[in-house]
Amino acid sequence: MSLKRKDLLSLAPLSAEEIKLILETADSFKEVTGREIKKVPALRGRTVVNLFFEPSTRTRTSFELAAKRLSADVINFSPSSSSVVKGETLLDTARNIEAMQADIIVLRHSSAGAAETLARGVKSSVINAGDGWHEHPTQALLDLYTIRERGLSFQGLRVAIVGDVSHSRVARSNIHALTKLGAEVRVVGPPTMIPMGIDKLGAKAFYNLDDALRGVQVIMMLRLQLERQGRALFPTIREYARLYGLTAERVKMAEPGAIVMHPGPINRGVEIAPEVADSLSSVILDQVANGVAVRMGILYLMSGAN
Amino acid sequence: MSEIPIKASMTPNRQQERLVMEAGDMTRAMTRIAHEILERNKGVKDLGLVGIRTGGVHLAHRLVRRIQDIEGVAVPIGELDITLYRDDLSLRKEQPVLRKTSVPFDISGKIIVLVDDVLFTGRTIRAAMDGLIDLGRPAEIQLAVMVDRGHRQLPIKATYIGKNIPTSRDENIQVMLEEAGEDDRVVILKGVKEMER
Repeated sequence: MSLKRKDLLSLAPLSAEEIKLILETADSFKEVTGREIKKVPALRGRTVVNLFFEPSTRTRTSFELAAKRLSADVINFSPSSSSVVKGETLLDTARNIEAMQADIIVLRHSSAGAAETLARGVKSSVINAGDGWHEHPTQALLDLYTIRERGLSFQGLRVAIVGDVSHSRVARSNIHALTKLGAEVRVVGPPTMIPMGIDKLGAKAFYNLDDALRGVQVIMMLRLQLERQGRALFPTIREYARLYGLTAERVKMAEPGAIVMHPGPINRGVEIAPEVADSLSSVILDQVANGVAVRMGILYLMSGAN
Repeated sequence: MSEIPIKASMTPNRQQERLVMEAGDMTRAMTRIAHEILERNKGVKDLGLVGIRTGGVHLAHRLVRRIQDIEGVAVPIGELDITLYRDDLSLRKEQPVLRKTSVPFDISGKIIVLVDDVLFTGRTIRAAMDGLIDLGRPAEIQLAVMVDRGHRQLPIKATYIGKNIPTSRDENIQVMLEEAGEDDRVVILKGVKEMER
């Protein structure tokens, strides 16, 4: 089987088989990233453009490293240094990049649906690296890869996603992917941060962290977007930390051996206690390392001739 | 598919086959190659075998067992997937499925015998040598194949050959192996053009 898609915009339309293919492909690249010479010639002569309209270090660096390890040429475009500040539209920017014969465009944008709009307007393959509150498919795929690497199987797996689910593209992509693979997904946070109708995506809503953690094998923490404070989503950071912060005590509520994940950057002492972030159950740095292998796999699969 | 069967056979999927090596021929070829490897390299010192996925991996395991029978030593073995080194990746619409490379020993300074089932255009071997050299710097690379069918497109030559089988370009030669759920045999399939390798 192969991935018969021009773009990777969202995990919602992907089949379980397609998701598994991506994870298995990433296995091969995990081996490559463990070599002394971490480079293969698979994307020689191809051009990958990172088009990032939102600040991001981790995701952009990860894509850049992934493309370079596949021997592709990489260009980074960010709005501050481009003509976007001069009023050029997204599509015009992208068409200019395409005219330079970019094969793959990796897009990060603050508006949901930006990647979809772009994909319709250009012939290059488009990979969504986060669009507003919509989706962040490559993050969810690397989360899945990290879970699988720990020897956990998805069928019947109990996962708690903790935090501001409403505003989290990471949560949405993970809910789509995990439920497709047969996992039981619980979302937990203050009622202001749990969207209405989340059950329609196949996730179960909880408002008490201790209840939600009971018996889970995976605890997925979301970053508390401190910039949202003052929008009446939660009264104070201290109260949020007390009710929804993951402490060593709370980890004990989960199944023994449960893993703790976080997409980063972490707010130590807010959503996650420092001793939990640095504990053996934390796989946060594995997620970062796996990100490169998973993105290499995605770039490889998307690199078929157009 | 409407061609007249060349070799009468009970199983319908064998109707288009022409048998060129039987199980016994293959066993004897493997035993001879094992001896040749040992003779050429004066034993097993610094020797390592690397099979090219998928057929070559099975054959490499067989050679390791033969060598162990003769010398009483298990030589290290690795498995190589050459997909990422293919020269036609930028031409394909969909990328081929990757399988894992696993070479669990240091190949630097070793004599590496690459093992494949069929030697055809030589492009697979070119890719395999590039893939191997990314893992280290072998002292020497040798090549063992079950069948050399000719039609080389690159200046590549096998060190050890099970059997030379002259073919026409549009024939498809296949090494069927027990490990892949078949009866051991080498056949020419009629009317099915083989992917160039």
